[in-house]
Amino acid sequence: MTERRRPRRSLTRKSAGALADWSVPRQLRGAPDKTKAAESAMSRGLRPRLEQADKVGTSICPYCAVGCAQLIYAKDGKPIHVEGDPRSPINQGTLCPKGAATFGLMLSPQRLDHCLHRAPGAGEWRRVTLDWAMDRIAHLAKRTRDEGYVARLPDGTRLNHTLSIGSLGGATLDNEENYLIKKLFSGGLGMVFLENQARV
Amino acid sequence: MPSLGATYGRGAATLPQWDLANSDCVLVMGSNMAENHPIAFRFVLQAKQRGATVIHADPRFTRTSALADIHAPLRAGSDIAFLGGLIHHVLEHDLWFRDYALPYTNLSTIVDEEYQGPEELDGLFSGWSEESKRYSPQSWQYQGVMMPSSLAEAFIETEGFCEAVKRLHEGPTPKDPTLQHPRCVYQILKRHFARYTPEMVERATGCPREVFLKVAEALARNSGRERTGAICYAVGWTHHSTGVQMIRAAAILQALLGNVGRPGGGILALRGHTSIQGSTDIPTLYDMLPGYLPQPHALKPHQDLAQYLEAETNPTGWWHNFPKYAVSLLRAWYGGAGNKENGFGYDFLPRIVGDHSQLPMTVAMRDGIIKGLFVMGQNPVVGGSNSLLVQRGLAQLDWMVVRDFAETDTASFWRDGHLVRSGELRPEEIGTEVFLMPASLSGEKAGSFTNTHRLLQWHDKVVDGPGDSRSEHWFTYHLGRRLKSLYADSTREEDQAIRALTWDYPVDEEGEPDAEAVLQEINGYTWPERKLVQDFKELKEDGSTACGCWIYSGVFPEEGRNLARARKPDGPDGPGTHLGWGFAWPDNRRTLNNRASADPEGRPWSERKRLVWWDEDKGEWQSPDKVDFIPTKRPDYEPDWEKKPAGMDAISGHQPFIMIPDGVAGLFVPSGLKDGPLPAHFEPVESPVSNPLYRQDANPAAKRWEHADNPIHATGDPRFPHMLTTYRLTEQHSGGTPTRLVPTTAELMPEGFCEIPTELAASLGIRSTDWVVLSTARGEIETRALVTDRLQPFRLDGRLIFQLGLPWHYGWAGYATGDIANVLTAVVGDPNTAMHENKALTCALRPGRLPRGKGES
Repeated sequence: MTERRRPRRSLTRKSAGALADWSVPRQLRGAPDKTKAAESAMSRGLRPRLEQADKVGTSICPYCAVGCAQLIYAKDGKPIHVEGDPRSPINQGTLCPKGAATFGLMLSPQRLDHCLHRAPGAGEWRRVTLDWAMDRIAHLAKRTRDEGYVARLPDGTRLNHTLSIGSLGGATLDNEENYLIKKLFSGGLGMVFLENQARV
Repeated sequence: MPSLGATYGRGAATLPQWDLANSDCVLVMGSNMAENHPIAFRFVLQAKQRGATVIHADPRFTRTSALADIHAPLRAGSDIAFLGGLIHHVLEHDLWFRDYALPYTNLSTIVDEEYQGPEELDGLFSGWSEESKRYSPQSWQYQGVMMPSSLAEAFIETEGFCEAVKRLHEGPTPKDPTLQHPRCVYQILKRHFARYTPEMVERATGCPREVFLKVAEALARNSGRERTGAICYAVGWTHHSTGVQMIRAAAILQALLGNVGRPGGGILALRGHTSIQGSTDIPTLYDMLPGYLPQPHALKPHQDLAQYLEAETNPTGWWHNFPKYAVSLLRAWYGGAGNKENGFGYDFLPRIVGDHSQLPMTVAMRDGIIKGLFVMGQNPVVGGSNSLLVQRGLAQLDWMVVRDFAETDTASFWRDGHLVRSGELRPEEIGTEVFLMPASLSGEKAGSFTNTHRLLQWHDKVVDGPGDSRSEHWFTYHLGRRLKSLYADSTREEDQAIRALTWDYPVDEEGEPDAEAVLQEINGYTWPERKLVQDFKELKEDGSTACGCWIYSGVFPEEGRNLARARKPDGPDGPGTHLGWGFAWPDNRRTLNNRASADPEGRPWSERKRLVWWDEDKGEWQSPDKVDFIPTKRPDYEPDWEKKPAGMDAISGHQPFIMIPDGVAGLFVPSGLKDGPLPAHFEPVESPVSNPLYRQDANPAAKRWEHADNPIHATGDPRFPHMLTTYRLTEQHSGGTPTRLVPTTAELMPEGFCEIPTELAASLGIRSTDWVVLSTARGEIETRALVTDRLQPFRLDGRLIFQLGLPWHYGWAGYATGDIANVLTAVVGDPNTAMHENKALTCALRPGRLPRGKGES
């Protein structure tokens, strides 16, 4: 929750106002705690930050495989809130401590926003452009694949494979991403050292 | 999951998570569900509120135990002894569900006379070769019939096998419905589990006999016509050298009790990553093609498409459709470049030659065979067994591409890793060229995940990831585009595959390929017209359809209808199958084998457990679920064996396990498993004690990789007297990247620790928060002590055995740090899956810290 308008007042009026506005005496006098008795001038001014969102999308929690549905709220292209989707028959709006941290994951200060390259033997990263990295990786992948490629065994049995490149990962990725990875790496390049977290 | 695949026909959870609320008894074992799958555990608690008995069997007393009615403590790695005891109890006291198990399992099937089990051979099954350390499953076959498996990568290398399985066309498998035949599966099971008595359970597992009997009675009491029970497991079972057989034991138990395919019954595999089921179905795995088709193998009869189809097509059961799925996949990958001469492009596919999974990959990196590595959303330095071996392997690479949202431990191994800290290597001596590329998260790209119960759910793109962050769609698509242009002018035979690969996905203005277009290819369409198919029943073997993963077919049945994006749950009045929420494979069926929820005549076993029934007037099966059967196949249908029926024509109207060639659940598994047709208790590869059941200590077929960097402790090695089990925490996730590098979760669980039993801690003078050192022959780590009563020691054969518990999420990256548990673990694994054994190994413990390394200031 974020506050919106907080009226400016002088210090004395502010403290007198605050006293009158204090909800505890009201509640002690017996006003039920689920009514407006808990309200104050400040809380009356509070608005759900979701109201500021200019976009909302459905999402699925990126942590474990239970598959909790989430709603991601964004404003000006930045996420402002992530919560459980109340419609989901799996999580019915709830999230666990990890799922509830999805917003923090998206906005983690540790997030990287550019590509880094560490040359052989170097002691530190060097910033590179995405295009440069992609070209260099394609070049290395081709060279390593071609050097390690075995078309056939000596008896003529087809192998069509390279043992010199491996790939790890997939269980955190989309089905469509896994499909493209398997298709390109296995069906295109002939890689067989292709694995994900299913065994770990 | 070959265990569930071999037993029930599909290697996946049999029921949706929400159906646990309909259970009368839930056994959680090999899982700390309350802490690691808390949202799913709500359904267990809902069942409990409705009167169900909840049982937790686990070495540790956790929050799952605290919420259970019964906690059965057992020694890490002794699960088969416990489950075998339950099977023994159910058989011995005739508590199994006869009306269900007799027709729906292979209990009455007669096994080959050559078969011998661990009773006769003291821990081995017949067919063992000491020389090759492998089993031949020839003697595990049925009398006079060879049984093909429903699993990929399960072909039996026996001369004449493909011919022999064709006898399945000629008549039913040999049976004795009276169960008197000494070699029928029922009698074999009785003999096999005879020694798994409550006394033996107590001796082998450490679980008190009375507690064990309470569990057995609760399970038996809550099954039958009116009641059902469910079993939930996670990596507490799979991460053993006997992991597959642990799940097999549970699968046998559930089939005997009549708990499969029915509301509130079944086995729920609780998987750990958001789309780990999806990445198994569409496997970024070495041994399968999408939809559980075997990856061609150079040493099997897979030389050309005709041979591959001949060898891998089951004569009977649903898998008889195999050629349609294989050819449609080839059409999706190679389009018009596929033709009759090259087997629709089959000739382009790479062949495997053995085990290329992560454990041998680790060794292959260390030995310089692998020179380049892609790492996409995985953190092998923390998650891979024997982390020092992993790090030495990374240091041998020419290049590595890490794609993640931040700098992972794997990405920075050359600067912060153990080798550098210990002084074994200096960064300038590490020749690996490393790329670290920012990756988009789920709200920053569109696509689908498949959850633990086979449910495909779409997520939208809501915002852009920061800066150069890109999805793996983007990365893979543009890498492929670049590679295709580098190979464009090649005329070499070996470059045909990459040149032929279809790669024409529409992209948006930022170059992001359209994920829905990829999902449409996965769903399948007619070729070359590209009209979407409704489901996999439309797929053809003549090349006129293309389909990227047949089990997902139906997820996108027409333009504009992406069912993974469907968001229409059932209301409070039911029926509660939620067919309008997401899309479950196959064909949106929520409970697998649900034909078994009706009796052989097609009537529900009881009103209370009603799910599927035969409607004689309509001539069709009815259900609030999609029926996992031929919708119009009458319950009294019998194959006409005169006509040599094939495929589903050979499956009767009362055989619910349609993926298994004889239509019934395989309690005894003739082929498909590499360590035996039945589960037997073996000690972990590293155990402080000998096997109390057989002379054979560990699983003889377990995978062990002999390597100087991977020494393995002998049974009872006095240098490593304690048992060690690794586990996960609610606030941390797997290799730790998405939680240790996020402030909110990092501060909830800020530092690594080791749980140490009170008595052991007292004897070593260790108090909570003290530094301790754990060591194995692979390496040593230091961490903080947490002295606890949650891990009770066990007295076994007069010796007190202590168990230590170690969360494995930690590493040096991020805000929440700690030493890496996997420095201690070994590269050993299950023979079927090559899954490592990190839930039970041996170690030593001492108070204090590690000496500072040469590389540390």
